[in-house]
Amino acid sequence: MEIDLAPLDGIVEGREGRPEFLIEALQDVQREYHFLPREALERVCKELGVPLSKGYAAATFYAAFSLTPKGRNIVRLCKGTACHVRGAETLQEEITEAIGLGPGETSEDLSYTFETVNCLGACAMAPVVVVNGAYHGGVRPGRVKNLLKDE
Amino acid sequence: MRIDSPAKLAELASEWKMAKPADAAEILVCGGPGCLASGAGDVESAFQEALKNNGGKSALVKMTGCQGLCQAGTLVATHPDGTLYRKVKAGDAAEIVAAATGSRGPVERLLCKDEKTGEKASDPSKLPFYAAQKKFVLRNLGRIDPLDVRDAVVAGAYEGLAKVLSGMTPDDVLDEIEASGLRGRGGAGFPAGRKWRSCRDAGVTPRYVICNADEGDPGAFMDRALCEGDPHAVIEGMLVCGYAVGSSEGYVYVREEYPLAVERLGRAIEQARELGLVGEHVMGTDFSFDIRISRGGGAFVCGESSALMRSVAGEVGEPRAKYIRSVVRGLFDKPTVLNNVETFANVGPILVGGASAFRAMGTEKSPGTKVFSLVGAVRNTGLVEVEMGTALRRIIFEAGGGLIKDRPFKAVQTGGPSGGCLPESRLDLPVDFDSLTEAGSMMGSGGMIVMDERTCMVDVARYFTRFLVEESCGKCVPCREGVQQLYFLLQDICDGLGKEGDLEKIERLAEYIRESSLCQLGVSAPNPVLSTLRYFRGEYEAHIRDKRCPAGVCKNLTTFAIDAETCNLCGACQKACAAGAVTGDKETGFEIVAETCTRCGACRTVCPTDAIRVVP
Repeated sequence: MEIDLAPLDGIVEGREGRPEFLIEALQDVQREYHFLPREALERVCKELGVPLSKGYAAATFYAAFSLTPKGRNIVRLCKGTACHVRGAETLQEEITEAIGLGPGETSEDLSYTFETVNCLGACAMAPVVVVNGAYHGGVRPGRVKNLLKDE
Repeated sequence: MRIDSPAKLAELASEWKMAKPADAAEILVCGGPGCLASGAGDVESAFQEALKNNGGKSALVKMTGCQGLCQAGTLVATHPDGTLYRKVKAGDAAEIVAAATGSRGPVERLLCKDEKTGEKASDPSKLPFYAAQKKFVLRNLGRIDPLDVRDAVVAGAYEGLAKVLSGMTPDDVLDEIEASGLRGRGGAGFPAGRKWRSCRDAGVTPRYVICNADEGDPGAFMDRALCEGDPHAVIEGMLVCGYAVGSSEGYVYVREEYPLAVERLGRAIEQARELGLVGEHVMGTDFSFDIRISRGGGAFVCGESSALMRSVAGEVGEPRAKYIRSVVRGLFDKPTVLNNVETFANVGPILVGGASAFRAMGTEKSPGTKVFSLVGAVRNTGLVEVEMGTALRRIIFEAGGGLIKDRPFKAVQTGGPSGGCLPESRLDLPVDFDSLTEAGSMMGSGGMIVMDERTCMVDVARYFTRFLVEESCGKCVPCREGVQQLYFLLQDICDGLGKEGDLEKIERLAEYIRESSLCQLGVSAPNPVLSTLRYFRGEYEAHIRDKRCPAGVCKNLTTFAIDAETCNLCGACQKACAAGAVTGDKETGFEIVAETCTRCGACRTVCPTDAIRVVP
């Protein structure tokens, strides 16, 4: 896969030789590419003066980072406590059934990614499913397919 | 425009207040986490649109932070009449605009009602949900526009800071905070004043102030709501702390999952900087303090102080042994005060009202109020603030309106993955730091999840333990390996593979983990298991001995059947069943075929009459 590395200039600018900005810089990379391409990780580490091993450590430690590309459509299921007791487990099975992906998986054609999240802080609306940034609260069993169909 | 002296703040506040006629109509659309999820953005634009065709009568439309009763979102309040409307959709805008501008009476069908009595009330303070509360930290939440610093200043933001900078010495501030008895709202309840003083007395410079807005506890959104709805309250608290401890640099550590909180805090800091409230020479004095936002990468362990500080410094968030406390060696190895969002939001009003007024609220050892996110199986889910010492029963059954469908109460979970579950017999417990810890749970940051008979306590323990397995940083063995083994034992019990002796094994293992883990994540990791074992041991035993899950959650141990007497023949179960296990029709009645049933519980969730039973 060809990756346009030009946006990296802006991301490392002002952060050269400043290891304390590693997480922030990686967040910007993640935001730009929706994952951390190896070339980008190498470039950021080199410019900030961080060994690649440390960059890799951060990239695998924090849930916000992904080393593999994400799908065009992102389905996020909240698995916070309130969502759990209101049936998130059942919804997880329904989502897997509907798009054929387990939590954390991306389809080969990059059409979908299915993520589970610890808590989205919308607990009063539990259980919550977010499809491409749009929140759906109080999702009842059987409605998952409709949510996905709209996309 | 810059505020070049502490006195200038009050001048500007009254000037801005005068700029708006006292009887001007205001329409406040709730933009809290719950309402945004139910479409508040569209509702707000609909109001702007509706005002264009309102016969020349104008009103101000504001998008506010959380107004509390998330269950009934989107909420819309109109002023000066003070009416609160529930479940407002874009199509309702024109009617509400007409009512707010005096062209008609209140829109009856959208008024909030007392969920128990069904009585409608236009005045929200008459609703039990609001009547049971005491607003102190949330004083401006849901009233001001978080994107407009002027609105915040008119509502009293930065008054505490102005008082401090008008002649109080750092020692005066430390004395006042200590006298107030304010305890950190992040969970452990350490006295904030003592923490601040230790940092100041550490001698070394520079010193740092960090606000923890990581809020990693699942089931909690108090800090998110505050950062999004009243960011200036947080900024003010940090500024006062910076002045008291002699720091000129602060960080807000916000989790990446809260993009709106990051954005609004950022805007608020910029607006405060333009007014001269943040940055060089705050309010024209010699005190300088700047605030940066540090975005967390989504790791629960980063709620632990030493891990959080490493994360702010751009490293992997692994805790260190704390024989040297972070007030002495914290961020970049310098003295650091770390408090959470709610703690800082308490600071401004404490200084304005004085320590004794603060102490008049709550209990002797836990003064003030506490904000909870009340969620789960209650009628009124949302954000509530009550005086410390309020009984759990009052929060759940008055503010919360009791359980959905009046199902029997089973447990309330507080303190997130480090806390525990309390049963009916503990409902009269006053909510404060010490009582909750004594009962085997903890205050935590304020998540309160109510559970009914459909929640399996073994499954809840398994859920939290699994969460902690995933979130353990892996640095120390007891937490990394011990919690994992704890999880395997619980998973076996849930799967029907539990054996005699498992519970004793769990208790021994829990003790080792508690004794030997490096940080609080590990030390408190066994709490969910231990508290459920303490109060719901019979349920564990039913799983192990009778191979039965009384709540009907653990699939291998559950059989569902339809109770013909309760069933109203609506057929919802059949539609919801993905496995096609519900046979029959509206004439003959429905039945669940146990062989085909996957025990997903979908039929039970949709059944309007609770006719799906767990057998035997």
